[in-house]
Amino acid sequence: MPTTRRIIAAAAGTIVLAFAATSCSTGGGGDEIDPSADITEQTLTVSIWADYSPEDLAEQFEEATGVKTTIVNHTTNEDIVAKLTASADPGIDVAFVSGQYAQALGEQGLLAELDKSLIPNEENLYPEATQLPYDEGNVYSEPYAWGTTGLCYRPDLTGYDPTSWNDLLDPKPELVGKTTMLSTDRWLSMPALKAQGASINTTDDAELEAAKAQLIETKPTLLAYDDTTFYSKLVSGEAAMVEAWDGWCNYGIAEDPSIKFVVPDEGADLWVDTMTVLESSENKEAAMAFINYILDPEVQTWVAENILYKVPNKAAMEALDPALIESYPTLGITVDELMEQEAIIDLGEDSLKYVDLNAEVLATN
Amino acid sequence: MAETTATTNPSTTAMRELEPAVRPRAVRKPRGILVPLWIGYVFLYLPILVVVIMSFNDSENLFVWRGFSLRWYPELFADEKIMQGLGNTLIVATGATAIATVLGTLLAYGIQHYTRGGLIRAFAIAPAILPDLLLGIGLLTFFSLLSITLGLHSVILAHAVFATAFVTAIVLARMANLDPSLEEASRDLGAGPVRTFTRVTLPQLAPGIVAGALLAFTLSIDEFVIAFFTTAPTQPTLPIVIYSMVRFGVTPEVNALATILLLVSIVTVIVAQRLTRLTGTTK
Amino acid sequence: MRRGLAPAPFLAPGILFLIVFMAIPVGLLAFYTFFKRGRFGGIVFEFTFDNWVKLLEPLYLGVIMQSIGLALVVTLLALAIGYPMAYAIAGLSPKWRTVALVAIVLPFWTNFLIRTYAWILLLNNAGWVNQWLQGLGITDEPISMLYTPQAIVVGLLYMYLPLMVLPLYASLQQLDPALREAATNLGATPWRAFRTVTLPLSIPGALTGCIFVFVPAMSNFVIPELIGGGKTIMVGNLVRDQFFEARDWPFGATLALLLTILLVLVILVQTAVSRRLTEGPRRG
Repeated sequence: MPTTRRIIAAAAGTIVLAFAATSCSTGGGGDEIDPSADITEQTLTVSIWADYSPEDLAEQFEEATGVKTTIVNHTTNEDIVAKLTASADPGIDVAFVSGQYAQALGEQGLLAELDKSLIPNEENLYPEATQLPYDEGNVYSEPYAWGTTGLCYRPDLTGYDPTSWNDLLDPKPELVGKTTMLSTDRWLSMPALKAQGASINTTDDAELEAAKAQLIETKPTLLAYDDTTFYSKLVSGEAAMVEAWDGWCNYGIAEDPSIKFVVPDEGADLWVDTMTVLESSENKEAAMAFINYILDPEVQTWVAENILYKVPNKAAMEALDPALIESYPTLGITVDELMEQEAIIDLGEDSLKYVDLNAEVLATN
Repeated sequence: MAETTATTNPSTTAMRELEPAVRPRAVRKPRGILVPLWIGYVFLYLPILVVVIMSFNDSENLFVWRGFSLRWYPELFADEKIMQGLGNTLIVATGATAIATVLGTLLAYGIQHYTRGGLIRAFAIAPAILPDLLLGIGLLTFFSLLSITLGLHSVILAHAVFATAFVTAIVLARMANLDPSLEEASRDLGAGPVRTFTRVTLPQLAPGIVAGALLAFTLSIDEFVIAFFTTAPTQPTLPIVIYSMVRFGVTPEVNALATILLLVSIVTVIVAQRLTRLTGTTK
Repeated sequence: MRRGLAPAPFLAPGILFLIVFMAIPVGLLAFYTFFKRGRFGGIVFEFTFDNWVKLLEPLYLGVIMQSIGLALVVTLLALAIGYPMAYAIAGLSPKWRTVALVAIVLPFWTNFLIRTYAWILLLNNAGWVNQWLQGLGITDEPISMLYTPQAIVVGLLYMYLPLMVLPLYASLQQLDPALREAATNLGATPWRAFRTVTLPLSIPGALTGCIFVFVPAMSNFVIPELIGGGKTIMVGNLVRDQFFEARDWPFGATLALLLTILLVLVILVQTAVSRRLTEGPRRG
């Protein structure tokens, strides 16, 4: 059919043209930072996890500075990073991502270097919070909240207080089928690595093999892998002990005060959620003003009280209501204790080893 | 239409009169044919029942019942994010369905009448079988290389891609069993090709087109992956809004949302039924 | 050969649309499968076949096989349950038919994630079903219904059953009952009439329904994660992980393309079978 053939020819032509056109890509526009810019003429779009900031943060910031602000949500680090990497202009000015992802984005040139003259409140941070290995000197990012990972459990269901990662990796018979582990990113392998005394940033194949073997052995004893509703499982009694981020455990504690959290003896990780400004942003000055606003001690205390996470803001933590810390002991974990844990860094090419490890553990039946 | 012709078919009536001994048995539906249907409905609606009940749960945590409460409903309407997401989703679904219905019907007709071999047909249906991740990421890369800013329009286009495939497939399935003699008759009686298409073919296809459009709309409303990649961060669709709320577990607020959606759908359908009956167009 | 309308106005709009918004984007990704992953994601333009070779590793082949297996089970169950349902609906009076169809589709208008959580609520160890069973004294210990491959099958079946019923119904609905009546008049039992007349003519619809179920079942990653507890992963999870976790777009694209090629083959087969079956009886 001549017409059909003509259509196919047109199609082929279009495809060729498209490829030719795509060979030249247009980069996202980033302009130089102008400290004297009038930020009330700028607008701000902030991407953060849902419920991870006080509900009226946008309004408060707008009131304080006159910048029209919109807060949008993303679900996981991977989602937002994928979108930021793929599109030339994502329309986002400030992105909240975990430290190792900020490192990755920074090394790709997608983040703007922070102009410290616009962020004087940085001085409120603990000194340790400016020397974190994924971004020493806070060139691209400022920390927003931090914490560690450990065991969140119900003493009435476990019958004892666990102290080691092996309590999870090799559970007592009565706890089989009542435990969960995190399966995302590096948190799947962390307990096994720590239990065998290895670093959580290791790239040594032997150590990774041993960890993988342990995790495969553990898998049949698990109820499930759960990154989002594990505290609900504790509250409902489905699970007795779960691997959990410390701030998350507080949501369980809020519903059932008998729930307890412990960092195992072998140690755990130090994770940090950070604020970054995108290079493609056309509102960099407003973005940095926003970050500065968050680092204000009063604001960050308000954040901590709202989301029940520790913040790296010295002034803010010292102003925290002691009663709150009593109800949620994880808020009382000191900076020194945190610093004993290992900070997660991006491993570049070698991060594929962890992805493969995860895939193999999850795929084995 | 086909059914009524059968019952008033003169030859059947004649047979009934002439040979009572060999009276044709009416085709009776097997007894109990409705049982699997009911079981199917129970299966489909059990979680819906749970959703509705739990929307009245007086607890932040979805999984544990703490008492009856209506509080999630007002909270729902006050929740700007959800309302916005809902609005965006409706816009996208309507736009995508409109495009898909037109393109899909035309394609189905063209494929049925003007092609041999499966190539063009496979191409037209391909979007239905492409993994959504592939399509989503491919489109995102494509849009960004051409510096097209994302917005509701990019999602509409993206959804229209797979929606067209579904409409085409369903209309084709219906076309396969259509009687071509009606069209030929119309042609022979002097009607032009366009007239034949609009007056003869389209009405015959109508149930298939409606089914296809319905399916396209339904799929678009609940579609998450492709929308995720092709929306602007400031204009999420409802599935994306809900997905981002999942991090802290699903609160009864979303159940209230689902319940309301259900009610609205039911009402819409009833209204549409009444309207079609009033205007006299029956299937 | 038909006279009349040139095919262009019918085929061109749709085909052009699909070329621009499907073929080219997918082509881009296919292009990418021959290159390498950048250090932090993105693409490094060094030509390589590595991605395609990597597919053959037992880890990935294993997951693909398992996904095909699970998706097949879901499809067959959907056919077994969906066919009687579609048949029953096709036999209803026009008024009830519409109601029945809408009732099939209505659940889709609530969000899939919410419905999934509802299942979890029902079936988990501390969930409603177990609570009732234990409350009624039927069981002592909770029955573990979630976080297994069987649970994934049920979850997928639940999601995609309507996609089987609709095309089946469309196909059954316009079967000329006169054909069935003729068979009955000639002495066939209802079952024989069904087997020799209705069944073969409904095959195109059945095959369409199977495709509509099998395909998304293969690439779904939410159900294995939530209802399967992340303990059984399917191809969809692999693709998602490669794109997001590994930021290995070339390999992720490779996996997705392999899946697509498999499914395209299935469709071509379906087209051929479908044509032969529907054009057969007419010629005879």
